[in-house]
Amino acid sequence: MAKTNKKAEEQPVQPVQPVRKTGLFEYAPAPESPAAAGDIATSYGHFIGGEFVDSSGSEALKTVNPATEQVLAEFAQGTEQDVDRAVAAARKAFTDWSALPGSERAKYLFRIARIMQERSRELAVLESIDNGKPIRESRDFDVPTAISYFFYYAGWADKLDYAGYGANPRPLGVAGQVIPWNFPLMMLAWKIAPALATGNTVVLKPAETTPLTALRFAEICRQAGLPKGVVNIVTGDGRTGAALTAHPDVNKVAFTGSTPVGRSIAKQIAGTRKKLSLELGGKAANIVFDDAPIDQAVEGIVNGIFFNQGHVCCAGSRLLVQESIQDELLDALKRRMGTLRLGDPLDKNTDIGAINSAAQLARITELTAIGEAEGAERWAPECELPGAGYWFRPTLFTGVSQAHRIARDEVFGPVLSVLTFRTPTEAVEKANNTPFGLSAGVWTEKGSRILWMANQLKAGVVWANTFNKFDPTSPFGGYKESGYGREGGRHGLEAYLDV
Amino acid sequence: MSELTARLDVMKTYKLFVGGKFPRSESGRVYEVTDSKGQWLANAPLGTRKDTRDAVLAARAAVKGWSGTTAYNRGQVLYRVAEMLQGRREQFAAEVATAENIGGKKALALVDQAIDRWVWYAGWTDKVAQIAGGANPVAGPFFNLSVPEPSGVIGIVAPQTGYGYSLLGLISVIAPVIATGNTVVVALAADAPLPALSLGEVLATSDLPGGVVNLISGRTADIAPTLASHQDVNGLDLTGAIAADGPGAAAALEASAADTLRRVLRPAVDPSALDWTVAPTTDRLLSFLETKTVWHPMGI
Repeated sequence: MAKTNKKAEEQPVQPVQPVRKTGLFEYAPAPESPAAAGDIATSYGHFIGGEFVDSSGSEALKTVNPATEQVLAEFAQGTEQDVDRAVAAARKAFTDWSALPGSERAKYLFRIARIMQERSRELAVLESIDNGKPIRESRDFDVPTAISYFFYYAGWADKLDYAGYGANPRPLGVAGQVIPWNFPLMMLAWKIAPALATGNTVVLKPAETTPLTALRFAEICRQAGLPKGVVNIVTGDGRTGAALTAHPDVNKVAFTGSTPVGRSIAKQIAGTRKKLSLELGGKAANIVFDDAPIDQAVEGIVNGIFFNQGHVCCAGSRLLVQESIQDELLDALKRRMGTLRLGDPLDKNTDIGAINSAAQLARITELTAIGEAEGAERWAPECELPGAGYWFRPTLFTGVSQAHRIARDEVFGPVLSVLTFRTPTEAVEKANNTPFGLSAGVWTEKGSRILWMANQLKAGVVWANTFNKFDPTSPFGGYKESGYGREGGRHGLEAYLDV
Repeated sequence: MSELTARLDVMKTYKLFVGGKFPRSESGRVYEVTDSKGQWLANAPLGTRKDTRDAVLAARAAVKGWSGTTAYNRGQVLYRVAEMLQGRREQFAAEVATAENIGGKKALALVDQAIDRWVWYAGWTDKVAQIAGGANPVAGPFFNLSVPEPSGVIGIVAPQTGYGYSLLGLISVIAPVIATGNTVVVALAADAPLPALSLGEVLATSDLPGGVVNLISGRTADIAPTLASHQDVNGLDLTGAIAADGPGAAAALEASAADTLRRVLRPAVDPSALDWTVAPTTDRLLSFLETKTVWHPMGI
């Protein structure tokens, strides 16, 4: 699906192809070739014990390209028997893998990282096709970040004695890992890299709308010569995930996803000895003070909420702007939103790709309708949406109160709720007035105010004069109902060690 | 000298410790505490669900002040607790001896260790951030720092087993949690509440702000589930949740805590095998902390 040039405001829009009217710059389409994604099989089984195997059941799911609604492949709906088989394979592999010197485990992880680098274009295109995210993001963010986690944790594998958990800290055993669809390969890396570095073996279930990069990663494990059973991939929907987290021979459960599911997992494993880490929802406040550099703040706000179509747990979905600069900031923000290019995810110019699934689009549509019904004022730039696929305009709501659903619920889409404040204390109160506590943003030129705000905000990550930055050395995770445990950095090791 | 002419002892009324004050249970009820031979020792307040909720309110109110106190100052307060306990060493030894049915010499040794444990944790308050936090060398022009922060209000089910549980064990679970700036509500060991209730008197005279530590005696099956299901409790230490089933069992409490994803420290695999004289590690100190990571761009 190619994308046309940008047109000036007055010019007629070509009917078939998506066009963003910007009035600023015109861009020739720069589409990445879908063929770069490599061969996509018509149907996939699971990756268990180093082999691709058929499911014990006959149910198959389909994954579609959300930008075209075309079916990309069928894959197996993992059964309890499949999960059992995968856990058994991981258990069998654990004995040797955990006994391997850390320096040898490290080299496997370095190998994986290198092969991912070699195949990064393929992975990026495949990710964009399966997920709907712009190729610019999968190419420049998702894939390199995923790789960096393998490099980072590879280095830890033979240095665990120095991680602050005492001498010779032991792995937990078999890790059952369930990941979401918003950053499929990156979430895989956040889960698998620390688990393997610490000597655990894993069974990972990718999301049911984005299984392809995880299955491609299985091939990379084979190329790297990773011992059989160290990494197992079982596909399926929530039923498969529940079977995995409930499996009695799983020692560690790691889940990234919604707070309701996280809560049910925490309940499910109560009374067992399974170790649990949860990275759940968020409703981050992005707080802009009157002395903030407006242009930088606008870039940060846009990056905070429209990055990855807003499918980001730590998205800056609540803009808290100081009352005195509200008009100025919103004018600048609307101008900037008017230049965002929505359309073909494979076009290198695209800023906003496709919504990941029909179900997610329905949820965003429902919540924004509630926002209007509750009295908030909706605004979105003029924007032609492609005919096929799942799309949602970058949208902002003004006149939002703290009681509005769009200010409380995680929309997980390109929807920004704007609230105002007068004093720093009021900003803190509003920012913290949520059961979530994953992230927050602060924009001000005053250093002491940044540090005071950072201290007051109940959030696991505070971005000051920046937003949505991630790094393998930097711990990430939430307060309160955004979950517990940290991923990344030295802290991320703890979730996979018996300490 | 006949019994009548001997001076009559003044007995103590044991009371709860909530918000820095010593209330009776709102129920007006008490229960009998006996020694190992069944001899009556004292009446302890039969703390209720309502008493527990009141204590959570007090603990919540104390979070801002206590977590905002400098780590240096918190260390001084914890050291002050050790000083106060030292001054009442013999009294506590007598209470521990009857509570745990051990000899006076052993009880004294346990009290000495309890005092020393306060000193150990007093020294940790201004060091924990350096072992639990750090600078992160991110691949970009950013200043990136991770710091530990207290989780907030922690509900503790006090140890009910293990050598030294009645005082040394209790202090071993309270001190690390408040050292980092949390506040606590403690469901005391039902059969050995007296050393714990007396500890409240020590805490009240140690410059510890009211509400930082709240002590509730009574039935674990009443108090612990109230803590586990309370929306304003951020974490749960289930060390003393030894009931095999029922609402006070660890599994039930952990499931209840999942409602708002309260942090849970599970009981030991075999709680009866605990020996509270074993030197502590940093585990408990690090159990109820949240890691906050702050990013800022670098540039000119």
